[in-house]
Amino acid sequence: MKVAPWGDRGSNANSAHERTRYLGVRSFLRRRSAVIGAVLVAANVLVAIGATVIAGVDPQALDVKARLARPTATHWFGTDHVGRDAWSRVIHGARLSMVVGASVVALSFVGGLAFGVLGGYYRALDNVLMRMMDGVMAFPGIILAIAMMASLGPSVFNVIVALGVVYVPRVARIVRGSVLVIRETPYVEAARALGIGDGRIIARHVLPNCLSPVIVQGTFIFAAAVLGEAALSFLGVGVPPQIPSWGNVLAEGRSYLQQAPWLTLFPGAAIMASILGLNLFGDGLRDLLDPKLRGIQGAARES
Amino acid sequence: MLVVATVSFVLIRLAPGDPASVIAGPYASADDIGRLQTALGLDQPLPVQLVKWYGRLARGDLGDSIFLRRPVLEAIYERLEPTLLLTGWAMLIAVLVGVPVGVVSARHHNSFLDQSFMALALIGLSVPNFLLGLLMILCFGVWLGWLPVAGYVALEGGLWPNVRSLIMPALALGLVQSALIARITRSSMLDVLREQYILSGRSKGLTERTVVYKHALKNAIIPTLTVIGITFALLIGGAVVIETVFNIPGLGRLMLRRDYPVVQGVVLLIALTYTAINLLVDLAYLAIDPRIRFR
Repeated sequence: MKVAPWGDRGSNANSAHERTRYLGVRSFLRRRSAVIGAVLVAANVLVAIGATVIAGVDPQALDVKARLARPTATHWFGTDHVGRDAWSRVIHGARLSMVVGASVVALSFVGGLAFGVLGGYYRALDNVLMRMMDGVMAFPGIILAIAMMASLGPSVFNVIVALGVVYVPRVARIVRGSVLVIRETPYVEAARALGIGDGRIIARHVLPNCLSPVIVQGTFIFAAAVLGEAALSFLGVGVPPQIPSWGNVLAEGRSYLQQAPWLTLFPGAAIMASILGLNLFGDGLRDLLDPKLRGIQGAARES
Repeated sequence: MLVVATVSFVLIRLAPGDPASVIAGPYASADDIGRLQTALGLDQPLPVQLVKWYGRLARGDLGDSIFLRRPVLEAIYERLEPTLLLTGWAMLIAVLVGVPVGVVSARHHNSFLDQSFMALALIGLSVPNFLLGLLMILCFGVWLGWLPVAGYVALEGGLWPNVRSLIMPALALGLVQSALIARITRSSMLDVLREQYILSGRSKGLTERTVVYKHALKNAIIPTLTVIGITFALLIGGAVVIETVFNIPGLGRLMLRRDYPVVQGVVLLIALTYTAINLLVDLAYLAIDPRIRFR
């Protein structure tokens, strides 16, 4: 039977050595994957910014003669059932995903930081706020988003709101945890002793110190929001069908899976690359900013 | 509980637009819509509606569906079987794939096997379940023709046809989740394998198998259990999406219409189940680790 490499360590010195080597190998691997992640994310952002140029064709333009056409030189990713260029729609989908992802992250940060800081800093508010957050968190994220979208009706703005509401409590919990620690630190106490007001203490001392775990969480929320938008649009309760989004292209492609598999394969690959990039980037960022959470936090994210 | 119920009511009802105008159709007069609103009780102020809903809830009555014109509970009950079976199978797959992969990866840490498993797990975390479902339909349904492309055969149509119709959806749902379970199992196994008692187990001549499965796995399973609780939430959310991919008449379909009582009922039911599962997970800690005691 194979003896595991750490099985034969005898002394403490040996174990310390094993450990550093182990961490070294791992952080190297991690760093390489983080680089790949960063490249994927950067590519995605560039595509999103330059969508109109890169796409070439208007995503709504109809090429009636070439409906459900195979990928060719004119239509790189083929065309859909009304003859719209799939390449252009996938590229514009990247833009929409980035916009939705960034807005959801911004919304959940604003809400999460506000609730988290208030709850963590003012103990009187804590119970009420956190029970509210628990209430929202008692629902599986996507279910809550679907339920909200079912009543809000499809629109980009509503998708952002629905997904934002889902992630606010998750940010708030993390922030509250850090604030609870920070408010007991000597420097906050010192500031209070100097007679500095609560507002100033929060802005100058508490907020900056609870940011790094939140930023790490932000990349995972970004990934989850991109996924969430795709899922909602796929179900027909997300972004309105005429707007090019990965979920919409997939939903339309689903009916033509046999005749036009490219309508599924290309947007699918786009989603995978973008989520993979965000996950890798998030893992790397976590190792950089918040080594304590290594290996546990990110994997336990909820979509 | 009350909070959960209120959240599900308020969030869904606060939204603009109302089902009365949807039922009545685009050509209905304002008068018609008004009459429908009165009939459905939608013209009363929100708090009044909320209190009435609580009252009925306490009696176990979720109200009537606006579109189907029948009790919500009945409609939910009818759609429960496929969702339940799908989630169950998917959970089984997720655990049966995720835990062994995690354990093997940890045992052969940093080997080629470990790295390929973890690369797969990372990809698994990046593939949305509905995409995996679509790809599977394409591969096994359209190209190879091994399994039905979509649709659902109820249990009463025979066990095998039922299982056959659920293989792909359950795999699509379960495999994606197994990635998460594999990652957690691996990292907690790695931590445990560095403990002194593993060393002492090895040195007293226990076989590797006994050490890994009896001593290490039992101690490493707690974080995995926690993740299985979270997994359940993702599974039930995923089930709703997967049902659409495979045309399965489950709970998910009920949620995609603006039918307030039904959506509220389904959401409430799911939240309750989720809470119950998490309670079960907590209780399972007790059974597994005698050091954990509830205060």
